[in-house]
Amino acid sequence: MAKKLKPRVPRRPLYEGADWTFDLVKEAYDEIERIGVGEMGLDIYPNQIEVITAEQMLDAYASVGMPQMYRHWSFGKHFAREEALYRRGHRALAYELVINSDPCINYIMEENSMTMQVLVMAHAAMGHNHFFKNNYLFKQWTDADSILDYLSFAKRYVAECEERYGIEAVERVLDSAHALMNQGISRHPTRRKARTLAKERQRELQRREYEAETYSDIWRTLPRSAEPREVENKAGESAGKLALPEENILYFLEKSAPKLESWQREIIRIVRMMAQYFYPQRQTKMMNEGCATFVHYEILNRMYDQGLIGEGAMLEFLHSHASVVFQPRFEEPHFSGFNPYALGFAITRDIQRIVEEPTAEDREWFPEIAGSGDALAVIKEAWSDYRDDSFILQFLSPKVMRDFRLFEVHDKSAAPFVNVTAVHDETGYRRLRRALARHYEAAAQDPDLQIADADLAGSRQLVVHHKVRNGVLLDKEAADATLPHLAQLWGFRVRLLEVDGETGKTLKEHEALPMPH
Amino acid sequence: MHIVDRRLNPKAKSLGNRQRFLRRARGEVREAVREALKGRKVAEVDGGEKVRIRTKSLKEPSFRSGRATGERDFVLPGNREYMVGDSIRKPDGGAGGRGNKGSPDGEGEDDFVFSLSREEFLDLIFEDLKLPNLVKARLKDMKSPKPVRAGFVTDGPPARLNLVRTMRNSLARRVALRRPSEAELQELERLLGEELERSPPEPERIAELEKRIRHILHLRRSVAYIDPIDLQFNRYDRVPKPSTQAVMFCLMDVSASMTEELKDLAKRFFMLLHLFLTRHYREVDVVFIRHTTEAKEVDEESFFKDTETGGTVISSALQEMQRIVAERYPVADWNIYAAEASDGHNFDDDMDRCCELLTSSILPLTQYFAYIEVNEPTTGTPRESIVWSAYSEIAEEVANFAMQRASSPADIYPVFRELFSGAEKAA
Repeated sequence: MAKKLKPRVPRRPLYEGADWTFDLVKEAYDEIERIGVGEMGLDIYPNQIEVITAEQMLDAYASVGMPQMYRHWSFGKHFAREEALYRRGHRALAYELVINSDPCINYIMEENSMTMQVLVMAHAAMGHNHFFKNNYLFKQWTDADSILDYLSFAKRYVAECEERYGIEAVERVLDSAHALMNQGISRHPTRRKARTLAKERQRELQRREYEAETYSDIWRTLPRSAEPREVENKAGESAGKLALPEENILYFLEKSAPKLESWQREIIRIVRMMAQYFYPQRQTKMMNEGCATFVHYEILNRMYDQGLIGEGAMLEFLHSHASVVFQPRFEEPHFSGFNPYALGFAITRDIQRIVEEPTAEDREWFPEIAGSGDALAVIKEAWSDYRDDSFILQFLSPKVMRDFRLFEVHDKSAAPFVNVTAVHDETGYRRLRRALARHYEAAAQDPDLQIADADLAGSRQLVVHHKVRNGVLLDKEAADATLPHLAQLWGFRVRLLEVDGETGKTLKEHEALPMPH
Repeated sequence: MHIVDRRLNPKAKSLGNRQRFLRRARGEVREAVREALKGRKVAEVDGGEKVRIRTKSLKEPSFRSGRATGERDFVLPGNREYMVGDSIRKPDGGAGGRGNKGSPDGEGEDDFVFSLSREEFLDLIFEDLKLPNLVKARLKDMKSPKPVRAGFVTDGPPARLNLVRTMRNSLARRVALRRPSEAELQELERLLGEELERSPPEPERIAELEKRIRHILHLRRSVAYIDPIDLQFNRYDRVPKPSTQAVMFCLMDVSASMTEELKDLAKRFFMLLHLFLTRHYREVDVVFIRHTTEAKEVDEESFFKDTETGGTVISSALQEMQRIVAERYPVADWNIYAAEASDGHNFDDDMDRCCELLTSSILPLTQYFAYIEVNEPTTGTPRESIVWSAYSEIAEEVANFAMQRASSPADIYPVFRELFSGAEKAA
């Protein structure tokens, strides 16, 4: 905040009042880019800014932020719910939406005031954009340059399937695949090389071309062999040959489920690709928002210092910035976990502080970076080389823990009380930091499920293991509702064993058969 | 950097998702609509509706860790007084663990509230209802299209060939491609004839002329007089013909025996009938006739609001209706519907006259005549009113007459459905 007290360069602000025009937005963007890229050295994809209405924003929301998403009733449901909340004034819409693509597409709403447009462009077109382009997880897992093409391919493919096989048949596959989406992620990149999305699309097109060329109507009249051929080929294969255990259930189903038609496999594949595409976002949510918030804060302040925005605009900005980074206390009624903007911003700002004005404590905790001088360089390195859990483990400082007044509790399900096991003091800092990092480990958020065994020769029973950690079993209701979807895709009986990770004892068993339709 | 204005992109991009969602939730939504209908007022009836449905068929399940077993650690912000070793009582519902669960779409919610548009709402109401006397309706339905000229196309049936335009194209093409005219050919042939008659013949000249004629014939063969690309056809658009109109007569007994509740019941019935008609006809006129011993045409407001004292003579209303039809609604142009509501009282000696009026003059005019008898809720079978027993005879003989009883708002909708499905069977 000290910066703002500096004498201001006398320059006429870019705009006054709340109204925006396309020229103004363009002009403001140029200044933002000058500061973001020129002064701060951000490395971004070229930006494309699209102005949309509130309805279109709701639309985009409903299809998980993707404008080109294939059709499914669940998106309609989310839209209806979001719309109802919005109309009743229970929820404000996001001011922006940004797609990790090259060029980076930023949606801004027409309802925004000019100041909000500036904030949004600094936040998304600079902050998120830089993060997408530089973070190692995004580099490793997502193809910014082909995602849009892949999406439109997926949309067309699903639509064609609906036409050929009926909306309901497609819906059944999608429903089941969606239920298993969190189990459709390969967490270890080394095992299978991720194919780029462009290649994916290419692959399917070629396959279909081949099908079309070799299609002969006569074959259709031949009686189908009762036994699907793939099973015959695979009969007698052991779990080892199927490369079990397999954590990516959707992948396993796509490759090995005996009864699926090829279009059903392709649809599962599409869902799997989506899950994989969104996986880095889940792993870096807090950092990503922290990055964007830090960038917009920095850019807006610099703009103010350079006289590009007026006092009124600055106040408006600070007001909405403050509400974005607000963290409710755990007892407050609207508390719903950590606000990723708040935590991400606080840690990032704190790195800046540690680098520029370290205290003795910082020198002890962060000897490598404390007082090293170039805060932005350190922060940019963090943005590219870390994800939420490792970021916390590396950079969460005692000061931020004190500011947030963090404490750790231990919860035994049976007990009516939870016990406080650490607070923000000398003895608690490290423990708090470890615990919070663990909470952000994406792998720890999803239950650990693996395909353990598949009997392809005999009963065709599929066995799935849930590796139970600390005695936490699956939510029974959810498991009972989800397992039939797995059985549906597999086509035969599925057993789910909840196995204790340490003792190897089976704690609980679920079973499901495919539903007839 | 580009700025793109997407605001004008086609609206309702999520329509496909919406339809899939409604289809999925159909059963629940239908229930909710029926419920909503019970409590609706006339003024609101023609709008969308907020409905609350159970999310049973809309669950999107996934595997997740439960709360019932095991041990977990989590970090929370905002500690004020706790020290290591303190115990905190868990809030009800185990909300202490919320830090672990960021599920934003609140899967746990059982109820789900959203808005249906007017169209969706009405579609659901009328889903399986059919208009009686569909024959006439279909003939006059506003969907019956009327061809309207709409420019020209290059393809079409021969009957639509536009000669003037086709010939204009042909001429232009022939000129452009230098197709020799008939006159040119004739001129050469005449010259050739002259040469042939001349003596001594000049073979060179003849050969030259013959060559030119051959060339001209060749050109005329290769450049057609009328080529397919010249063809122009008239194009017609089919525009819906706004010919359908319907008038709906609401007849109601407003004598003292009709209480507010009974009128309210009747109102809902009229309301539904009106809605139903507006779905099928572009224009629907509504005529309100209330009666005690005398009938009077009134506006909607006083139709439902005012009470009068006096006895009941139903035939007065029928006569009034007959008069208005004759005056304002020629049967050739209007589909006439009538709905009568009463509590079943009438002067005894008026019944014969009513039946006479109905069978001889009114029923032949109307598409459909519906009588609804509203009663206070009673236990057991309702006593048969004189109107009911007299109308029953008509109902047995005439297909476009139907009657029903209703005693609570919730009865109205089933009554309404039954009226029309019954007519469908009879028709």
